[in-house]
Amino acid sequence: MTTEAKAHELIVSVSPHVRGQETVARIMWTVNLSLLPAFIMSLYYFGPLAAFVTGLCILSAVLAEHIYQTSLKKKSTIGDGSAFLTGFLLGLNLPPSVPFYIPIIGSVIAIVITKLLFGGLGYNVFNPALIGRAFLLISFPKLMTVWSEPTAQFIAMDAKTTATPLGILKEEGLSKLIEIFGDKTDLYMSLLMGNRAGSLGETSVIALLIGAALLLYRGYITWHIPFSFVATVGVMAWAFGGQGGLFTGDPLIHLLSGGLILGAFFMATDYVTCPSIRKGQIIFGIGCGAITMMIRLKGGFPEGVMFAILLMNCFAPLIDRGVKSKKFGAVKEQKK
Amino acid sequence: MSLKPKTNIELIKNGMFGENTIFRMAISLCPSIAVTNGMKNGVALGISVVFVQTMVNVTISAMRKFINPKIRIPIFMLVIAGYVTIIDLLMATYARPIYKEIGLYIQIIVAFASIFARAEVFASKNKVFSSMCDGLGMGIGFLLAMVVISFFRELLGKGALFGYPIVSGSPLLIMILPAGGFLAVGLLMGFFNWIDMRFFGGKGASGV
Repeated sequence: MTTEAKAHELIVSVSPHVRGQETVARIMWTVNLSLLPAFIMSLYYFGPLAAFVTGLCILSAVLAEHIYQTSLKKKSTIGDGSAFLTGFLLGLNLPPSVPFYIPIIGSVIAIVITKLLFGGLGYNVFNPALIGRAFLLISFPKLMTVWSEPTAQFIAMDAKTTATPLGILKEEGLSKLIEIFGDKTDLYMSLLMGNRAGSLGETSVIALLIGAALLLYRGYITWHIPFSFVATVGVMAWAFGGQGGLFTGDPLIHLLSGGLILGAFFMATDYVTCPSIRKGQIIFGIGCGAITMMIRLKGGFPEGVMFAILLMNCFAPLIDRGVKSKKFGAVKEQKK
Repeated sequence: MSLKPKTNIELIKNGMFGENTIFRMAISLCPSIAVTNGMKNGVALGISVVFVQTMVNVTISAMRKFINPKIRIPIFMLVIAGYVTIIDLLMATYARPIYKEIGLYIQIIVAFASIFARAEVFASKNKVFSSMCDGLGMGIGFLLAMVVISFFRELLGKGALFGYPIVSGSPLLIMILPAGGFLAVGLLMGFFNWIDMRFFGGKGASGV
């Protein structure tokens, strides 16, 4: 009875029965890796300042998480790379020449208030890095909008300041923007390569797309949010962005400038703060794109990606509830 | 609220700490965010509330035998509005600069949940002197909360206290904007709940 019964014994357990290789840590570190090309391009254009700002962000984010968790006698979760990622994203979202205390304040707000006070990774309502940046932008409006000109020389102490392409577009119009960059093709090339003023990691579209391709290939993000986000921005820029009436705008400038690519592929797709149903993700992306373009064209700020994503973060649970698929075989309740 | 009648000192203490309007009961939160961007405004509104709360409690308590329960709400309203008008006109006359900034919120004291709640819950059932103590405690509790919130908001947001600059350097502008008000109230509420749970064995506020 004994040995024979053992062989046929069934193991009864609750699902899931087959586990994949993926862990939170593995996904987070891969996302970090995919941001590396953008970081390298920012080093190329903005020099050691880029490394200083980003490094400080990462360091203070990781330290903030570690200190908070150890002082509350909880298990420190810095190993899973999420604090590292928050710091990294925040760093790539800052202008190159901020004073040293800005990255520190931003990281602490992002980690402690936005993430840990809400219960840690998986419970935060908003994207931590973006809340950190929103807090900084509102608190230090002057310091956060000093953009240095990219130099492509590793040591450039006397970096000139200038406006971002979107800022020029808003203040002085398209013709001025083309005049600064030469002609239209030059403008597109500089925007694509990242040779323009802006936040550290948002400038080089091509580097960001390389990273995003890695994430898409590994299946860590799906096309739904980024594609609907970018497409909405393009359509709205084409429809409403022109001076000569409807459908005369130049969508490419709006697609290539600002933090759109960084936001659409790396921030809006944050698992915790976006809807988890595919249909809902498309609604989420369209909402992000629409709010972005409303702010860019009509609002007070030249760039609206950050506020758009944060606003849509609020709606993520609502969207999820709205697009819930019908239960199989369920009959609609009849009205009496 | 315990059923045992409290002594007058206990009533005052209860209003200040145990049932603090803002941090424990989480009512009257609107002024705590709207006028706490500077200590001057916060203290002015706090003192007005102390006055109105105390006088309303005394008046309601003195009239409690004559008030017909069926029409008590309009009567409470009238009494509160009367005292608010007094403080409104007084401030308009003698404290013109502050009145220009927070005048609207002085008038809005009429609709404060905390004042109405104490009139209904306490003053209409208790003797005049203990009602006065209760009103005083509640008012001072509100004043204390306003002082604490506006202290942090003005210090962080402007680097100043009562309008006098104290710290130089670029302040956190967000703290004097409405968003900073929510942050400050939320964090302070959490902090006081933590103190209560850690040192006094309480269960923390649950928005009673």
